[in-house]
Order: sequence, then C-alpha cells, then structure tokens
Amino acid sequence: MISEATKSQGSYQNAFQTLQANGAGPQRVPWIERLRESAMERFEQLGFPAVQEEEWKYTNVAQIVRAGFLPLTATGEVSAAVGEQQLAAFTYPEARASQLVFVDGLLRSELSSLTGLPEGIKAVDFATALASDPFSELLREYLGRIVDYGDNGFTALNTAFIGSGALVVIPKGLAVETPLQLLFLSSSTKANLAAFPRVLVIAEENSSATIIESYNSVGADSYFTNAVVEIVLKDGARLEHYRVQDESTESFHIANTRADLGRNSSYETTSINLGAKLSRHDLSVVMDHEGAECRVDGLYIIGEGQHTDTHSVIDHKQPHCTSHQLYKGILDGKSRAVFNGKVFVRHGALGTDANQTNKNLLLSNEAHVDTKPQLEIFADDVKCAHGAAIGQLDEDELFYLESRGIHSDLARNLLTYGFAEEVIVRIKVESIKTQLDEAVLNRLHARLEA
Amino acid sequence: MSSGIEILANQEYKYGFVTDIESDMIPRGLSEDTVRLIVAKKNEPEWMLEFRLKAYRNWLKMTEPRHWPNVTFPPIDYQDIIYYSAPKQKTLKKSLDEVDPELLKTFEKLGIPITEQKQLANVAVDAVFDSVSVATTYKEKLRKHGVIFCSFTEAIREHPDLVKKYLGSVVPTNDNFYAALNSAVFSDGSFCFIPKGVKCPMELSTYFRINNSESGQFERTLIVAEEGASVSYLEGCTAPKFDKNQLHAAVVELVALDDAQIKYSTVQNWYAGDEQGVGGIYNFVTKRGKCAGRNSKISWTQVETGSAITWKYPSCILQGDNSIGEFYSVALTNHAQQADTGTKMIHLGKNTKSTIISKGIAAGRSNNSYRGLVKVMPKAENARNYTQCDSMLIGSECGANTFPYIEVMNNSSRVEHEASTSKISEEQLFYLQQRGIPQEDAVSLIINGFCKDVFLHLPMEFAVEAQKLLGMKLEGSVG
Repeated sequence: MISEATKSQGSYQNAFQTLQANGAGPQRVPWIERLRESAMERFEQLGFPAVQEEEWKYTNVAQIVRAGFLPLTATGEVSAAVGEQQLAAFTYPEARASQLVFVDGLLRSELSSLTGLPEGIKAVDFATALASDPFSELLREYLGRIVDYGDNGFTALNTAFIGSGALVVIPKGLAVETPLQLLFLSSSTKANLAAFPRVLVIAEENSSATIIESYNSVGADSYFTNAVVEIVLKDGARLEHYRVQDESTESFHIANTRADLGRNSSYETTSINLGAKLSRHDLSVVMDHEGAECRVDGLYIIGEGQHTDTHSVIDHKQPHCTSHQLYKGILDGKSRAVFNGKVFVRHGALGTDANQTNKNLLLSNEAHVDTKPQLEIFADDVKCAHGAAIGQLDEDELFYLESRGIHSDLARNLLTYGFAEEVIVRIKVESIKTQLDEAVLNRLHARLEA
Repeated sequence: MSSGIEILANQEYKYGFVTDIESDMIPRGLSEDTVRLIVAKKNEPEWMLEFRLKAYRNWLKMTEPRHWPNVTFPPIDYQDIIYYSAPKQKTLKKSLDEVDPELLKTFEKLGIPITEQKQLANVAVDAVFDSVSVATTYKEKLRKHGVIFCSFTEAIREHPDLVKKYLGSVVPTNDNFYAALNSAVFSDGSFCFIPKGVKCPMELSTYFRINNSESGQFERTLIVAEEGASVSYLEGCTAPKFDKNQLHAAVVELVALDDAQIKYSTVQNWYAGDEQGVGGIYNFVTKRGKCAGRNSKISWTQVETGSAITWKYPSCILQGDNSIGEFYSVALTNHAQQADTGTKMIHLGKNTKSTIISKGIAAGRSNNSYRGLVKVMPKAENARNYTQCDSMLIGSECGANTFPYIEVMNNSSRVEHEASTSKISEEQLFYLQQRGIPQEDAVSLIINGFCKDVFLHLPMEFAVEAQKLLGMKLEGSVG
C-alpha cells in the first residue's frame, strides 16, 4: 500500500515537472508559479489521505491512488472534440446562453456562450483575467486564499495543477436573474484521466446571482475529477449556488468548496450527488461578518457500488449569523453514504441560530450509512440544534396508502419521492427540479422493473 | 443579572479533607517488579500475576490517547505515581468493630454509613479507601440470598473460578491505554454476583475515597447477573483537595445473561481542582456492560460533577437478541473542568434497543463534550436507537460540543439522534422571579427541570443528592 501510494504520488510529481517545463499562460505568471510550487511541496508532505485520519475514517481513497490518474496538461494531448449535441444533454435550458464549458478540466471557450448574461458580470478563464488589471488583482488577492490546501492532499494537488480555470465576478449592486452554468465535462477519450477544475467566484457588494456548477461525463470510463471552488460574498451579496454531480458511475470525484460570507450576505446552496463510484465533497461556509446567513442543502441518491461522502463545516465566527442545513440521502443496493457535518459557534458569536439535519433512507439491506453531525459551541446566547436519522419507509404510512388501493410498489415510490421532495422543492431553478424528480423516479422505476 | 448571585461565593468542596492515617505504600514507579510487588502484597494466585503481566506488556506497547478527545492536560509521568497505598490497620477484620475508628470516622464524615446499625437506607456498602476495600456491609444478609458482594481481593481468594471466568471478558486487557494500565495494577474494588433467578434484595453500593496525594486509584468493579437475576448498583466517589493532579483509572465490567437486568448508577464528585484549574482528579475510566443473554438489560445512569478531567464512555454491547441498553447522563462542568463523556451502543443481536439521554451543563471556563457511538451491525435486524443530547451553556467563556458517531449497516433498523444547545433564558428567570422565587432558586429549578429526564432514573437517595450537588456546584456561576 505504501509503495503504491508513493508510486502514484511520484507520477503526479513527474506530471508536475512536465508542466513546469512546458507550461504556458497562467502557469507562467510568477505568483501563480510560486503558489503551485508551494502546493506541490505540501502535497508531497501530505500525500493522499489515509483512513487512519479522522476526517477520512469512512472513505478509503486507495482506488484513486492505485489507478494512477494523470492530468491532461501533463500528457501533452488534447481532449477530443465534444459536439454541441452532446453538450445539449447537460445544459440547463435556463442557462443555454450563459454557460462556461470545461472539458477534462480545461475551459473551452468555443463551446461556451455568455450572450444571455447582462452587461457587467464577468465570467472568464484565468488567462483572460490575468490580462486585465482589476481582474488580475482580484485573482491574486483571492486565488488559493479561500480554500486552504495546507491540510488536504487533494486540494494541494489541485492547486499544484492550476492552469485553466474560471473567474466569475458579479459587480457591485448588479442583480443577475439568468443563472450561470459552469459545466464540467469528462470527454472519456483517454483512460485514467485526471481533471482539476478550479473556480473563483466573487460576488461584490449587494449583488445577486445564481450559479449552477455541474459535473457530467460523455462516456462511462474511469476518470478522476478533483475540483476546487472558492467563493467570496462581499457585504450584502446574495448567491444561489447549485452543485450537481452526475458523473459516470465508474469515476472518482473529489471536491472542495468554500464560501466566505460578508456582512448581511446570503448564501444558499444545494449539493446534489447522483453519480461517481466514489465521491467526496468538502464544503465550508465561513461567517466571519455579522448578520450573514446561509442555507446549505444536500441530496444524495446512490445505488449499487457507489460511495458518497460529505464533510461540511459551518463556521459561525461573528454574532447574529444564521445557518440551516438539511442533507438527505437515499441509498439502494450495496452502497455507502457518509455525512460529517460540523457546526462551530466561536467565542463571542452571540445570537447565532444554527440547525443541522441529516436524514437517510435505506432501501436495501446492504446499504450502509455513517453519519456524524457535530456541534462545537463556545458562546452561550445561541440557538443550536442538530439531528440525524437513519431508517426505512414507515410501515404505517405504507399501510395507509395500500389501504386506499395504492399498489405497494407505487406506495413505496410515493413515499421515497416524498422523502427527497423536501430538498427538491427548495430549488429555484425549474430544470434542476425536473432533473431531480426524474432521477428519483427513474431510479424507482428501474427498481420496480428489476 | 443581579449581583446577588455573584456574592454567593462558590461553595467549598466539602469533601476536601485529608484523613491522617498511616499507610502502607509501595515506592512510586511502574515496572514488572511493581506488578509483582502488588501481587505479593495482596497474596494473589499465579493466574492473577499472569493476567496483570499480560496487561502490563500490552500497556507498554500502547500510546496515550492525547489527541482525539476534546481535552488538554500536561503529560502524566506514570513513573511518579504510587500504585498501591493501603491504610494500615489490624490485619484481619472480623467485624466492623475492628475497622480502624479513624477510617469509620472518615466515611461517616462523608455521609457513608458503614456501621449497619446506624443505617436507615436499605443499601449494602463496600467502602474503598485508596487502594483497598476497608469494609463491606450486609454481607451475611446478602449471602442468604446467594448474592456475593465483597471486595475484589476477597473475590479472588474465595471465588477464583467466577473471577477467572468473567474478569477481562468485557474489557480485555488490551482494550485501551488506561484499561490496560488498570488491568496491570488494579488494587481492589467490588465484586458482585447475583445467581440465577435472584432479585437482589437491596441496593448495592461502592464508595470510593482517594486519600493519599501521591497515589493513583485503580479500582476494578465486576458485576455478573446470571439468568433472570437483577441488581441495582450505586457508586460514589470523593477525594481530598490537593494541588497535584491525581490519576483515577478504573475499569467496570458488567455481564448480564438471559433475562438479567443490571442498573448501574454513579454520582461522581471527585475533587475538581480550584477555580484556576489547579489540582483535581483525572478521571479516565472504562465502563462497559455486555448484554450477553437474550432479553437482558443494562442501564447506566451517571451524574458527573467532579474531576478536573472526565474521560468516560459507559457502553453496552447488545449481543443477546431483544437486549436493551440505556444511558442517562448529566455532566456538569464549572471553572476549568473538562469533560469528554458519552456512550457506545453496539447493536449485535436482533431487535436490540438502546436509549441515550445526555444532558451537559457547562459553566465558567469549562468545556463539556458529548461523544457517542451508535453502531448497528448487519445482523442486528430491527435494531432501534433513540439519542437525545442537550447542552446548556452558562456564561460566554465555556464550550459545549456534541460528537455523535452513527454507523448503520442494515435497513431494518432505525436510529435517531437529536441535540440542542441553549442557555437559561432571561424570560424563564424573569417569570420565576416575578412570582417571588429568588434568582438562585430559579436557576436551580430550571437546571433541575433540564436534567429531570435523567434524575428520574436515579435511585431516590441519589436523585436527592444529585439535585443538591448540582445546585451547589453552580452557585455563583450565574450572574
């Protein structure tokens, strides 16, 4: 095991060397180069996380280590052409003219379209951002400063391979109605490809916007996505952030998202996990200014052979912030879900209102759930609660429906659908709602037919 | 809030006196020779020596758990502890009249009746002073019912087969660092055996007292309830005030066979150190019960108010089908105290049920954590767990944490966890005060209401004591 981990680490090091020699564009900017070098150094020290570490206790990443994935930038190849038709399947109608498309981790501007966005909002790749003054300054101020790569090997690895990436800036006071979609696609033309998507979102004072971050795959091969998304909300900004992970069930997906909330800002996020053989999402929301509020929802629906892990940290550092978290999971087949939610209420964060709920529905006897909602509270004038539940469909509820002539299979479907609906109804983008409704129902139908 | 309460200084720890009694101590330090010396002092058989040496060798290979609990403390020098200290008294005590009067006085002062005639409550007591048991009451009466209740030393001497069979069967010698240490050097403790079908006629109780400032206390409790037997067991503890931290590393093992019931209640009031956090007991305890038989039940109730650091997780292994595990806990921390306590419920058998009710109250600069594990194994069909952990914070300098681990491996089980954190609300206080209830009584009322779900499960005398203790500990902390 150790030797394999070292070997795999070595192949990333080689890839990094290649990049150092052949890199171009943003990778050649001195401060980015320094950031990447220091991140690589950190990755060399940390290596891949092991199950002995408390944060990785329930998720074994040995498969990712063994597979020896390599980034496209290091192989010198170009990813295959992706046709518009293929894209259409993964584009949300609301964002047809407001999307950035990344293929295998690299931004493809010819596939992207931003005509539907109002004047003022900026959604550009790092190379373009670096060419103009205010944006290059913003990039320098925030890139790699929001998500900490110091304690997570995967985040360090992503940072070491920063190259193509997207900067989204919503200027002061601008309200953007049209959702912006960031679509991350895996082309699956080359086996064992690693992609390192990177996004920085800055919502300036009193702006408001909606962002959809989605992960899909054209093929069904084994590949590895390692994404890092950094979000800054300035005072009074509002952001709705949807994250839909629907990768191939042969793939591996590791992601780290952090949002820093300004005074009286509002951050609403929903994370959907449907795909990937193994997925892990680290999500932090830091409230270091008074009056911020966030709603952090999640839904995972997994089946045979899938493993999903969510580690969230909601950090109340200042008074009068509010957080509401609801994560629900439906597990079928031999699958495993992990939820680890930490809520910190720091010293002096009076008037905090925090609640956290994780509920899991086990449809199969081989499904396995490990949940750990945690509260760490260091202030007295607060209102905090958390809850977790693991169970199956209620026999009484089933009986009630059956007694009214509804077939037991249909009754089961109705109840399962109802379970997921609590999260789905709060989504404001219609097409995501529809997608999820279908995902829930399709899975149930597949189950019925089986 | 009014200064009325501030004036009420924190009540002194009233059990903080030292008994001046000559002790038989062994030199400080720990080695295989120490283990052999303890065995020699206690005249133990060869198999006990083997058990201890095995534990000692395991301990050497283990590392102290310093990082995962939410507690901090300076390194403990395990070579600077006296592992055996016994009050010198007449060698063989046939009756209580022969127990050193100084010792009797100590326990009387603590309010522990070990002279039977003076006793009103229907409770049999085993009194443990530093390393040895000094007196056990009502032995004869219990013997008539077939119940064995005696010190561990006596049990090893008189009932070696029973001890051999069950010792280490629930907490193996390599279970954890402190359990291994205890297994190597434990000096005395209580042994209790309830034979088939017997309902123990009175409550059994052990009272632990640390007296020596240099010694650690390592006692061992083993309770076995055979098929259909039932027993209620109480445990109390106090220690004098010393500026030095003392180590208390006990192991408690409970075994319940088919249809047996064991109820274990603790009021822990070890010396907690002064306001600045100087001194106090490090209470690193391993308590575990095994519901080995069908329909068996183990219930833990604890009121934790003392100790500088409490590190304890009374657990239940629910092995038998339909077995039940319960954990009711009130943990109160004030000043610089730290508590990391909770439970583990391991569901192995079918239709097993567990209930966890935990109430944490943090005041002063203290830190109070609930840490629990509910694990439902694949074969534990229809397992059921309900967990509720509530915390109350008094003052803005303290911390309350909840760390529940829930692992479920089948889909016929149902596990629920709920937790909340709050403070005593101004409105509640105002309401009570407006009706003429003084502030400190109002606080006490609210706290007692908060803990009621747990106090309900304590035996009557203990419940009264626990309520008083809570009020006393919190005096001066609201204001």
